[in-house]
Amino acid sequence: MILSRLARYSGGRPWVAELITLIVLLLCPVVLPLLGVSADIASRILIWGLFGLGFDILFGYTGLLSFGQAAFFGTGGFVAAFLLTQTGLQDDVFLSLMIGMVAAMAAGVVVGFFTLRRSGIYFAMITLAFAEMFHFLELSPLSAWTGGENGLTGVPMPIVGFENWHIQISSGWSLYGYIAAFFFVGYVIAHRIVLSPFGQVLTALRDNTPRALATGHSVRKYKLAAFVIAAGYGGIAGGLLGVLQSYMPPDAVAFHTSGQLVMQSIIGGAGTLFGPLVGAALWLGMQDSLQDVPAIASAWMLILGIVFVILITVFRQGILGAVRQIFVARVPEAAQAKTELSAEITRRHHVTGVPDEHTNLDEVPDHFIRSDVSARQRELMIVPKGEASDGAALSCTHLTKHYGGICACEDITMSIPEGQLRGIIGPNGAGKSTFFKMLAGEVVPTSGHVFLHGADVTGLGVTAVSQLGMSKSYQINELFSKLTVAQNLAIPVLARVRGEFRPDMLKSMDKVPGLHGQIEATLEMVNLEARADVPVTELAYGEKRRLEIGLALANAPNVLLLDEPLAGMSPRERADTVKLLKQIRSGRTLVVVEHDMDAMFELAEYISVLQEGRLLAEGTPQEIKNDQRVQDAYLGGMEEV
Amino acid sequence: MSMPSLPLFLSQLFNGLATGLLLSLISAGLTIIYGTLGVLNLAHGALFMVGAYAGFMALQWTGSFVLAIVGGMIGALLVGLLMERVIVRYYYQRPPEDQILVTFGIGIVITELVRLIFGGIAKPVPVPSWGEGITRLGFLFYPNYRIQMMIFVAVALLLLYLLLYKTRIGMIVRAGIEDSLMVNMLGINVYRIFLLVFGIGAMTAGFAGIVNAPILAVTPDMGEPFLVMSFVVVVIGGVGSFPGAIIGGIIAGEIISMTSMFSSAYSHVTLFAIMAVLLAVRPQGLFGIEGRE
Repeated sequence: MILSRLARYSGGRPWVAELITLIVLLLCPVVLPLLGVSADIASRILIWGLFGLGFDILFGYTGLLSFGQAAFFGTGGFVAAFLLTQTGLQDDVFLSLMIGMVAAMAAGVVVGFFTLRRSGIYFAMITLAFAEMFHFLELSPLSAWTGGENGLTGVPMPIVGFENWHIQISSGWSLYGYIAAFFFVGYVIAHRIVLSPFGQVLTALRDNTPRALATGHSVRKYKLAAFVIAAGYGGIAGGLLGVLQSYMPPDAVAFHTSGQLVMQSIIGGAGTLFGPLVGAALWLGMQDSLQDVPAIASAWMLILGIVFVILITVFRQGILGAVRQIFVARVPEAAQAKTELSAEITRRHHVTGVPDEHTNLDEVPDHFIRSDVSARQRELMIVPKGEASDGAALSCTHLTKHYGGICACEDITMSIPEGQLRGIIGPNGAGKSTFFKMLAGEVVPTSGHVFLHGADVTGLGVTAVSQLGMSKSYQINELFSKLTVAQNLAIPVLARVRGEFRPDMLKSMDKVPGLHGQIEATLEMVNLEARADVPVTELAYGEKRRLEIGLALANAPNVLLLDEPLAGMSPRERADTVKLLKQIRSGRTLVVVEHDMDAMFELAEYISVLQEGRLLAEGTPQEIKNDQRVQDAYLGGMEEV
Repeated sequence: MSMPSLPLFLSQLFNGLATGLLLSLISAGLTIIYGTLGVLNLAHGALFMVGAYAGFMALQWTGSFVLAIVGGMIGALLVGLLMERVIVRYYYQRPPEDQILVTFGIGIVITELVRLIFGGIAKPVPVPSWGEGITRLGFLFYPNYRIQMMIFVAVALLLLYLLLYKTRIGMIVRAGIEDSLMVNMLGINVYRIFLLVFGIGAMTAGFAGIVNAPILAVTPDMGEPFLVMSFVVVVIGGVGSFPGAIIGGIIAGEIISMTSMFSSAYSHVTLFAIMAVLLAVRPQGLFGIEGRE
């Protein structure tokens, strides 16, 4: 059971898909001529497919829609073609292609630096503008090197071999073989990248960038890395285009190259790696076959445009997405069995745990708190480097936040000792959420400081704070919507064991130390073991809530901030969650914002009350219950009006 | 590199203003659609082209350039309304990437349809008889039609401004830019406003397309460079900001014009480079509001 689950979130056996790809590539020269497909078309499809592998990592997996990939296609292509035609490097096609690729990646670093400052529509517009800049540069300022509007002619064919043994590659199927070798290596690398921990983080930031940031991943570095990878694939594909045609055309840098890549990827299916290849096959196949039919020779682009619009409107997953869906739809029995298992576990859990009708918190039996799991779950917890002089795990001094003229928090000073469960309460609009965001590093305070284990963390940002061992669960669920439960929990663990950024692109998920143990322990703690492989979209609300807490917990935080963990729960779910809170408090500091007073008085050791942005009172639950000011704050203090 | 003479400088300054105002108008259409509907319309360049072709047809039928302008506006308006009703309105709730992709696809369909109907060869739209000749402005000579075109574009921008800032409808549109959900809750049918804004945006693109047609070759691909430049303009000015589009357009026009005095090869490259620098310094653009994407 556990093994199959590990296989599932680590992508199974990558070499199976790779072997099939290799066999298909080897069969093409035998099969395609029988179908009337020329070596030239097959090579072209592979070049676009290779270009698309990088684009799919960028768009399909990382969610960054670039309309400027032509810049890198052109950079790689022209650098390689220049080296092969204008310098003494004409014998070494491979080296020239590699240099072209590196040049494209360098261009990717520069363009990425500017474009990744914005996301969404800005990113699309700016990448397009940058690609146009490259196009203009190619056309005239650099025309001495690029040939301007004429491009570069006379790109030589490669020679493959060792010292005394050479094969001169010529056009046709031998050149196909040369290009297919690049495609295959490119595919294996791309496939390993998307299955690696690095690739998992990319999908996480595609699904929910703020949460990826909050779990401790440096989103900017990951985005830039994905952008540079895509640029590298573009560069090598551009270089191969020059070799295939013996000519590097200037329109390789034009807008329609970027547009064609985007359309091919969507038609074939983004997020599948092979989607762009399928799209390219359709595109080039149509172009090639319709050219002989006079009536519609000029309409092939129109037809593709219409297909494209229809596909995005009604079938966004594209052709391969459809195939995948059909394939997945064939195994509903397995999913059914899993749901039954889940129901069974829930049933058993309630027999040993709390019966449905008893939701009184006092009746939660203590033996239910599984300290062994809790300890296992804390194995990855980092030991704080420093220590506050007063022994506080988390403290703040004179914390203030103004939004324009509105004062959300004013001069809050608080100290939360190591290991305490602190409750923070206050009426709506008391500034609890802003206060929490400042503690977590999500909002920079106007003035004042936040200290974590004695170290000043003010203004460090949520990622750095998370890396220091403090994490937060949100009032409104912030999950990675397209991933399964186990994959969701993997994201914070990866941040804990790998730091804010690590380019372990070819590493297998199985080889990440501590990953599986932490996922299993967290699943067990939040009671989602039976739902591990279920996509988040299929979870019930209560399960999503537990996963939300699980995401913060999987980070193995030493200080955990929980923003209204009981919000919107049914009485039974509430009782379960209170149990969970009792369980996770051991060994760490817990700060809880909650409206549920009963739960708060039951759980918290010490309570702070906020009102109108200020700290109104602090004390034990008993003291707070009897505090006249607190009663006034909640009941309205009518007598003063 | 020698310093340009004063007359050359002034004439380039004037040229820059002419190009800039046209870019302002195209970008204003793009930006009010984005600001109100939240949709970045990549078919905006195609609508610009449709305006030129519709105007060309109207000119063929009537022989009147004034009617050609009206025809260009109506042509782009109809295509824009059709586009919004049939496809775009189903995309208001979808992610921005999908909106970009679908409008990009629609742009291709429109462009290819026009290519199929009219062919790829440039269509002539001659300068109207009342626009022939040149005028002496101080010590620089300038074609009459260019001056008239600047006036047309300036008047169109003024009308757009009055519509947005001085009418009830404009007030609703601007409120919609701030918070369309709230406008909807106030009992105003925000989707009707969306259709209206899309129509206005398309019409401005069509107007720009036909008034610019005598200066430019009318081809199916004529919209693409203008689409790209309008992106640069709104990135400089701030996406969704009407004043940003106006100022950004004039800045872009002057940059292109001023650099081509020294080297025309670098004129567009300089424009993109300045955009890049601005992005590094002020990512939200000159008139953009921080935190609003």
